[in-house]
Amino acid sequence: MNNFEYTRASDVADAVRRIASDPAAKFVAGGTNLIDLMKENVARPSRLIDITHLPLDQIDETQDGGLRIGALVPNSDLAQHPQIEARYPLLGSAILAGASPQLRNMASTGGNLLQRTRCLYFYDTTTPCNKREPGSGCSAIGGINRMHAILGTSEHCIATHPSDMCVALAALEARVLATGRSGERSIAFAEFHRLPGDTPQLDSNLRADEIITAIELPPEGFAKNYTYLKIRDRLSYAFALVSIAVGLDIEGGTIKEARLALGGVAHKPWRNREAEARLEGAPATRENFVRAAETVLREARGFGHNDFKIELARRGILRALAQAARGTPQSQADKRIR
Amino acid sequence: MPAAGYLGKPTSRVDGRAKVTGTAKYAAEYDVPGLAHGFVVSSAIAKGRITTIHTADALAVAGVLDIFTHEHRPKLASSDEAYKDEVAPPGSPLRPLYDDRILFSGQPVALVVAEEFEIARFAASLVRVEYEHEAHVTDFEAQRERATVSKQDEDPTPSTARGNPAEAFERAAVRVNGQYRMPVEHHNPMEPFAATAVWEDDDRITVFDKTQGAQNSRNYVADVLEMPRDRVRVLSPYVGGAFGAGLRPQYQLLLAVLAARALKRSVRVTLTRQQMFTLGYRSANIHELALGADSDGSLVSFRHHAVGMTSRFEDFQRDFVHWSSLLYRCENVELGQSLVKLDQNTPCDMRAPGGAEGAYAIECAMDELAYAAKLDPLELRLINYSDKDQIEDRPYSSKQLRECYRQGAEKFGWSDRNPQPRSMRDGNELVGWGMATGIWEAMQVPASAKAVLTANGNVEIASATADIGPGTYTWMTQLAAEMLGVPLENVTAKLGDSTLPDAPVEGGSFTTSSVGSAIHAACRAVQRELLGLAQKMAGSPLAGAKLDDVVFAEGKIRYKQDESREVSVADAMRAGKAERIEKAASAAPNGDSKYSHYTHSAVFAEVKIDEQLGVIRVTRMVNAVAAGRILNPKTAASQILGAVVGGIGMALHEETVTDQRFGRFVTRNLADYHVPVNADVHAIDVIFVEEKDEEINPLGVKGVGEIGIVGTAAAIANAVYHATGKRVRDLPITLDKLMRD
Ligand SMILES: Cc1cc2nc3c(=O)[nH]c(=O)nc-3n(C[C@H](O)[C@H](O)[C@H](O)COP(=O)(O)OP(=O)(O)OC[C@H]3O[C@@H](n4cnc5c(N)ncnc54)[C@H](O)[C@@H]3O)c2cc1C
Ligand code: SF4
Repeated sequence: MNNFEYTRASDVADAVRRIASDPAAKFVAGGTNLIDLMKENVARPSRLIDITHLPLDQIDETQDGGLRIGALVPNSDLAQHPQIEARYPLLGSAILAGASPQLRNMASTGGNLLQRTRCLYFYDTTTPCNKREPGSGCSAIGGINRMHAILGTSEHCIATHPSDMCVALAALEARVLATGRSGERSIAFAEFHRLPGDTPQLDSNLRADEIITAIELPPEGFAKNYTYLKIRDRLSYAFALVSIAVGLDIEGGTIKEARLALGGVAHKPWRNREAEARLEGAPATRENFVRAAETVLREARGFGHNDFKIELARRGILRALAQAARGTPQSQADKRIR
Repeated sequence: MPAAGYLGKPTSRVDGRAKVTGTAKYAAEYDVPGLAHGFVVSSAIAKGRITTIHTADALAVAGVLDIFTHEHRPKLASSDEAYKDEVAPPGSPLRPLYDDRILFSGQPVALVVAEEFEIARFAASLVRVEYEHEAHVTDFEAQRERATVSKQDEDPTPSTARGNPAEAFERAAVRVNGQYRMPVEHHNPMEPFAATAVWEDDDRITVFDKTQGAQNSRNYVADVLEMPRDRVRVLSPYVGGAFGAGLRPQYQLLLAVLAARALKRSVRVTLTRQQMFTLGYRSANIHELALGADSDGSLVSFRHHAVGMTSRFEDFQRDFVHWSSLLYRCENVELGQSLVKLDQNTPCDMRAPGGAEGAYAIECAMDELAYAAKLDPLELRLINYSDKDQIEDRPYSSKQLRECYRQGAEKFGWSDRNPQPRSMRDGNELVGWGMATGIWEAMQVPASAKAVLTANGNVEIASATADIGPGTYTWMTQLAAEMLGVPLENVTAKLGDSTLPDAPVEGGSFTTSSVGSAIHAACRAVQRELLGLAQKMAGSPLAGAKLDDVVFAEGKIRYKQDESREVSVADAMRAGKAERIEKAASAAPNGDSKYSHYTHSAVFAEVKIDEQLGVIRVTRMVNAVAAGRILNPKTAASQILGAVVGGIGMALHEETVTDQRFGRFVTRNLADYHVPVNADVHAIDVIFVEEKDEEINPLGVKGVGEIGIVGTAAAIANAVYHATGKRVRDLPITLDKLMRD
């Protein structure tokens, strides 16, 4: 860990001013990811701007009937909020599938979006890694890549985004509200995270001078037919091998609207509109689920250790769609898969 | 032994309150005036030489006191002997900061010492090391063909042969063979490795170290720094788990003491979790087994060859193979093992070293044989049950394994098992029931202890042993209270201090038998003296009584035959003008025993596996253990529970992965190195089967620290097969292996 300065932002404008004036500074919220990265010399910020005192910890209804979640709302509070439990259980379920209660108590909504990959090499400064040190090479290609991506990869990086919460947010078509020097803007969730391409060092499209202030959820929460199914190497407290968020709007056995997002498979929560479209207007049958899964995974490719993820994702999608269609979402307490 | 009621009773830990309230201090928690902090710089390469270490930038950081490297360090001993600790394997031990050689990735190459931990850590990141690389070889699997039989092996070689196994195999009605693999595993105790070296003056030092043997650490650090051993005191009153990782002195100890002596001030060195992956580990192992049996299931041929790994500089080897000759009757046997030398650190003991690995392979192969012979797996074990140690050709001092099988099976409900794989299900899940046998050595080694009784009725009991979690403090207290007839509260147990009476490292499940026998002897000596004092009293009601005729209870010495004849201990001491009675004693194993000594267990597991996704849940386990006398069923059961959880980890989760290109372990933290979490652990029933053993030692104890992990992984693997019909022979059993066709 390097020497750094510690400062505290007094309000959002102050936070923006401080981050804009020092490109090597970083915001710190719960610190559950950033501090770990600092201890391993992966992140070496010149300055930490503590934003935990900003008034961004509210959950309010929006004018259109959606929900606005402040960037500092702890993951635990969010998962247990009555509005989330009643209207957006998919989001609550995804949050509860992640990390541990202790971590969720500390982790913030904004920080969760910007947590960095868990690629082994990203964390080990003795090894090459394009994400950590652009141009140094990708150790995971040809290395240990069991946890790595099967979709949207590039020759420069095959890392995954590790968040569970974000998979649900992608399925729900949330928006990210950010404030920078040029004011506030709203970013569609699909546009928020990036694919690695030839700039794997960039995880998101948030600008260097921007702070996330809130997440907005649209009114539709798919509370009746949803599931978050996370498949991992132990029954709790492990990052996803593959996770699947599903929200369906079913009327008389026909799917009117479908949302299907995958975690653990790409550099960002993975959605495929074409696959969703194949489900829409169709009956909720296994054959249609199979077709949707095939569409999602058509371009999937493995890198050796993670080859199994393609088949695992296929089976997981079928199961998750069935869970959602049946109205029997995966429980995050009972680990038996429904 | 007289029974006053403390031994054999479930007793809460006497140190439990201190541990849960935080007053129990661990090695990194001792604050002393003027404490400086060291941070270790680790090698980034696996093999080669250090050409230059650039320390100028780090030294320029305000608050940095010094940076020790092979070029800048106090004098260290130059003979291997000085570095060989009590449990060192044959070879030339690692010499931290000794020279420019890099022997494995993660080897310590520098120690930065600063006023504060954060300063040391930051400065350590500024130390730049240049290396001359040499090609490393770390791929165990690829080097397997190069395995050799250790020439340095000091133990009798585990290789053995009887009869004609090859021919018998060819003739056998039922045959199975298979290869079983276990990856490198790391102990990962909760407490990080740390040493706080308290500088006193030029020739004295006290160190709080995380170790399983205070005297082993003391002797090592004194010898390497060429100090008289009596000028070094090592303390480790509390240890936050170790599982074998703390048997050998680890490099934080030497580095802290070296820096303290050079700087003439106290220094603490704490390793990070990542650095704990540079210490010893459970060697990866590969087993090849071929079993042949008659059509009734009787074994006619048993061949088992195992390969383990070690460093280039030491031959670490544990016995993987001889266990089958203890468990199963067979005339035609061939057992052998060999070692692959790699550019890695030396492995070290990890809970039931050798036995856990061997039993995994043997018990899975037996399971395969049971299916091939169309026999119930438990029945197959009973058909081949051996009452004799076929390697030493002698009987066991006790072996209640049949009872373990019976009681375990009954508790589990084994008789309801449908023998057909994939025949049992529960909704989306396939259900599997598997079982295995466990076996571990019941060792005893020389140890000493001291007992002090004072006139106010207080007892102090002391030995330089450790309590790494099994409850040593507690049974020491129970034993002294029982033998001297005082309440538990009157007894203080002392351990984890190198100045106390000599004791070996705490390991091998031998502490209770070894230190317990010494305490027993010391308490007997106190008893003898007390009886003598009581008998010298005028008109003593105990006149003429022998020690075995009396019992010590409730502060009295009583005639067993006539309880009205008694003398109070206080009166006896007063009459004899004895303020305190102090007795030291040693105990050693009976060298001419005609028996073999082992603990045994029967392990039963139920798994439920999602048929499509391969997600495994271990829903039920029963572990029935025969381990002689159980002094404290509560802490003993905790040992088994913890070890079973370790066995679940071995079966399903634990694996340290090496990237061969870098010759480096790349799973280096607890997010990447998985151990079971609460959700992975369901019902575990522990049964202690009654087992009287009057031959083994005066207490009749065998030890329970390791037996709980032996057989557990096999029982789970066998249950996975029963559930799915898929035999995954390479641990850990992860869902991708079940998905493979
Ligand atoms: C052992 C372990 C296991 C875990 N398991 C899981 C899991 O299974 N699933 C899962 O989803 N997550 C898991 N996590 C990750 C956890 O969810 C994240 O660490 C957490 O959400 C990060 O939130 P934070 O507030 O602590 O972020 P911080 O560490 O404070 O910040 C993370 C990043 O976000 C930036 N940042 C924070 N807030 C803002 C803001 N408002 N605007 C702009 N930038 C901001 C920071 O500058 C930093 O770069 C795990 C973490 C650990 C340590
Ligand atoms: S996958 Fe990405 S994060 Fe991992 S080593 Fe390659 S470049 Fe680095």
